[in-house]
Amino acid sequence: MWDWEFAFYVMPDILKAIRVTIAATLAGFALALAVGLALALLRRSAFKPLSLATIGFIEFVRSTPLLIQLFFIFYALPLSTGISFSAFQAGTIGLGFHYGTYLSEVYRSGIDAIPRGQWEAATALNFSRLRTWTKIILPQAIPPTVPVMGNYLIAMFKETPLLSAITLVEMLQTAKIIGSDCYRYLEPFTLVGIFFLLLSYPASVLVKRLEFQLKQQ
Amino acid sequence: MGMPSKVEIETETDSMTDEPIVRYRKVAKNFGELQVLKKVDLDIAPGEKIAVIGPSGSGKTTLARLLMTLERPSSGTIEIDGELLWHEKVNGKLVPAGEKHLQHHRGKIGMVFQQFNLFPHMTVLRNVAEAPIQVLGLSQKEAQKRAKQMLAKVGLADKLDAFPSQLSGGQQQRVAIARALVMRPKVMLFDEVTSALDPELVGEVLTVIKEIAAEGEMTMLLVTHEMDFAREVADRIIFIDDGKIVEQGTPKALFKHPRNPRTRSFLSRFRNNNWKDS
Repeated sequence: MWDWEFAFYVMPDILKAIRVTIAATLAGFALALAVGLALALLRRSAFKPLSLATIGFIEFVRSTPLLIQLFFIFYALPLSTGISFSAFQAGTIGLGFHYGTYLSEVYRSGIDAIPRGQWEAATALNFSRLRTWTKIILPQAIPPTVPVMGNYLIAMFKETPLLSAITLVEMLQTAKIIGSDCYRYLEPFTLVGIFFLLLSYPASVLVKRLEFQLKQQ
Repeated sequence: MGMPSKVEIETETDSMTDEPIVRYRKVAKNFGELQVLKKVDLDIAPGEKIAVIGPSGSGKTTLARLLMTLERPSSGTIEIDGELLWHEKVNGKLVPAGEKHLQHHRGKIGMVFQQFNLFPHMTVLRNVAEAPIQVLGLSQKEAQKRAKQMLAKVGLADKLDAFPSQLSGGQQQRVAIARALVMRPKVMLFDEVTSALDPELVGEVLTVIKEIAAEGEMTMLLVTHEMDFAREVADRIIFIDDGKIVEQGTPKALFKHPRNPRTRSFLSRFRNNNWKDS
C-alpha cells in the first residue's frame, strides 16, 4: 500500500519536473494568445478567401486530437520537411496552435460585443484602422474575456501530460520513469495528481473571483 | 462678397468664398431593397447652420452618415471643400475612394451621435485628448491643453478624471461634443443628439450647441426633433420625407408658411405640444 517514505523520496524529482510542466504551459499559452488574436483578426478579413481559409484552419485544428497534432509536429514534420523541433518546442507549438483556435473564438466574442457606435466614433474621429484596434476596440474587448482565457489556461495546464508522449520529461513522464525504475507507480502518479490539483484549484478560484469582479463593474 | 480671388481658392480659405463647403449631387442610398435617400441635391455654404427635420426613417440621419463616411452612397457624389469625398481620380477615371483618400477628407468633418459613443475605458480627458494624439499627432501635453479648453467650453472642466459611466447623459453628450470639436473640423454633424436624453438634460446640451453656433464660423448640420431649437439655431430648415428633400427654407418661412402638405402635416404634430409662439 501507500509508502510515505517512498513518496517523500521521489517528491523532489517530481517537483523539479513541475518546472517543465509550468514552462510548457506558459510558453504554450503565450503562443496561443498570439495565435488566437491573429486568427480572430484574419477571420474578420474583408478578403473572403483569407477569411474562409482561416475558418477552415480553425475548424480543422479543433476537430482533430491534440495528441495527433503533437505527433505530427514532433515525428512527421522532421521526416517529411526536414524541420525538426525539440520536444519542448514541438509541445509549445502544438499547445499554442491548438488552444489558439479556441482562444480565437474567445477574442471573437469579445470583439463582437463591442457596440457598433464605438467603431463609428473611431471613424468619425478619423482613427486609422490600426489605432482603432489598438486604442479603442481591443482595450474594451479583451478585459471581459480574461476569465474565459483563464479557464483555457487551466485546461491547457491539465493537458500538458500529453507532452510526455513526445518525450518531454514533464511531471507525468518523470513519474513514469520513477515507476518503471522502482516498480512502484502508486506514489509517483498520486503525487503528480496532487500537484496538478494544488496548482489548478487555486487558479480556478482566482478565475472565479476575477469573473465576479468583472460582473460587479 | 464678390468673386473669390484665385489665391483664396488655392489656399482653400473656406469662410469668405461663395463656394459651398459641402455639395450633395444626386445622392442615393439603398439598404437592400429599401431606398432611404433618393437622388438628393444639397449645397451647404461655409458657416451655414442647417437643421434637418422629418419623420423617423425619412433618411435624415443617413444624410449625415454619408458625409461622415459611415455609409457609402449607392450613387451620386458628395463634395467636401470642393473635392470629391467618396471618389478619387485614378488615371483620369473616377473610382471609389480608398481608405487613404477618405482619411484625408474625413478630418474636415466631425460628428456627435445620438448614443454619445464615448470610449468607456477612458477618462473624460482622455476621451477628448486621444484623437488629437493618435490622429493629429499632437504631443500629450498639447493635446491635453486643447482638450481641457474644449471641456471648459462645454462646462465640464471639473470632470476631467471621471469615466463616462459616472456622468449623466447630458454630461456625456457634452463630452462627445468637446471630443468632436477638439479635432477642429470644418463641418459638424449633430445626429439627434438629444433623443437619448432624459427631458431635463436636453437643455444643457442644446445650450452648448447654441453657443457653438453663435460663434459663427462652424458649418453645422443638425438632424433634430427639437423644433424650437431648430428654429433658433438654423439659417435654413430642410424637411426630408421618404428619402427626398420635400421643402426647405428659412425657419420663419418653413415653420410659419409651409407650402407642402406633407410638411404641414408633419409640423402640425409638433405645433400642438412644444411649438407655440412664432
